[in-house]
Amino acid sequence: MRYLDEYRDGDAARKFLDAIAGAVTRPWTIMEVCGSQTHSFLKYGIDRMLPEQVALIHGPGCPVCVTPVEIIDQAIALASRPDVILVSYGDMLRVPGSAKDLLSVKAEGGDVRMVYSSLDALRLARKHPDRKVVFFAIGFETTAPANAMAAVIAEKEGVDNFFMLTSHLLVPPALEAIASAPDNRVQGFLAPGHVCTVTGYVDYERLATNYRMPIVVSGFEPLDLLQATYMLVQQLEAGRCEVENQYSRSVKREGNPQALAVMDDVFEVVDHGWRGIGVIPSSGLRLKGAYARFDATRAFELEAATAPATESVCIAGLVLRGIRKPVDCPAFGSDCTPEHCLGAPMVSSEGACAAYYHYARQGAAR
Amino acid sequence: MCLGIPGEIVSIEESEQLRTAKVRFGGAMRDVYLDLVPDAQIGDYVIVHVGFALSKIDAEEAGNVFEMLRKLGEEP
Repeated sequence: MRYLDEYRDGDAARKFLDAIAGAVTRPWTIMEVCGSQTHSFLKYGIDRMLPEQVALIHGPGCPVCVTPVEIIDQAIALASRPDVILVSYGDMLRVPGSAKDLLSVKAEGGDVRMVYSSLDALRLARKHPDRKVVFFAIGFETTAPANAMAAVIAEKEGVDNFFMLTSHLLVPPALEAIASAPDNRVQGFLAPGHVCTVTGYVDYERLATNYRMPIVVSGFEPLDLLQATYMLVQQLEAGRCEVENQYSRSVKREGNPQALAVMDDVFEVVDHGWRGIGVIPSSGLRLKGAYARFDATRAFELEAATAPATESVCIAGLVLRGIRKPVDCPAFGSDCTPEHCLGAPMVSSEGACAAYYHYARQGAAR
Repeated sequence: MCLGIPGEIVSIEESEQLRTAKVRFGGAMRDVYLDLVPDAQIGDYVIVHVGFALSKIDAEEAGNVFEMLRKLGEEP
């Protein structure tokens, strides 16, 4: 396929690996922010081919993994109601809430349906006017414009049985939390190319300056990641702290103006919880103004529930903050597998634990 | 979740609410909403995420990886 195959060329990858090896003079620790990037690094074995001085830390960029357990519990409560059709992106169905997951609610008779797009959820609302259709709208800036479009069209058409249970998170505040933590080890970021396709990277320039942190906006294919790593290593070696754009075939500095406009119309910025990490100031989005009537927490008067503390050996929070590797977890691959998981990073197709399970297994990756 | 797949626009349909396209991904064809990339035309490649095109692929910029590789090859 055009724009995929040519970025998977093995000979070209080796040239970049040689260039990285030639540029590195001392150890560097870099974080690939997005879970899809983590999966590519492990799937193609790039993490094992990089010079030993280049250590990867896997970032929190897996929206399924960081959706707060309280909101998953709210989705489960809604899905259990006979008057509700709970509609979700497929990734969310097997993510554990505090007691169970959405798939088990479905098995118990709850009406839980999977969609590919937000507008499929809206279509279900039109098709079932006698039911309340709640769309479990999660995601980072990449997904927020698509979810916002559903609210815009529902408002225009006056659909009154469509609601959204939202968990929309913003990446730059999370990177700021990582960069400003006293125990931070990350020296440079590979920024998420599809988030930046929507937002551009002006916010990342502020991060680079304030935290003296070099950043390269990166794509997802092997050559993208290798080129971006090479660019980042060059910045680190030269002591530069800039934002460079490797994924320029999709990302512009100012982002996608239509996508930003619809997000701005529909959502307002709020403090938001991140599973395993905690509340990060100004790191989430909530429906605002005329669109607030679609907010399921209002329409169903859901309490801002706090999840009960549960005893678990799962170290998902430490993995999401880049402090521990998935293979450091005592449950990894034994009590916790993609089929029966204890933590969200094992079930999500973008989770770091799932990447290690599928591609590397114990001890294989640095 | 933030998966974005490149595909080629083969036809476009305008309705009152939405601008939709048939987009080819290798052998598969899918309906994609073009409202976030209003200037996309037939023959353009777009990055598609949860049914929406998020960007038009810039064919010139797409070569920058190979341009850098060429320069690396020239260095002694």
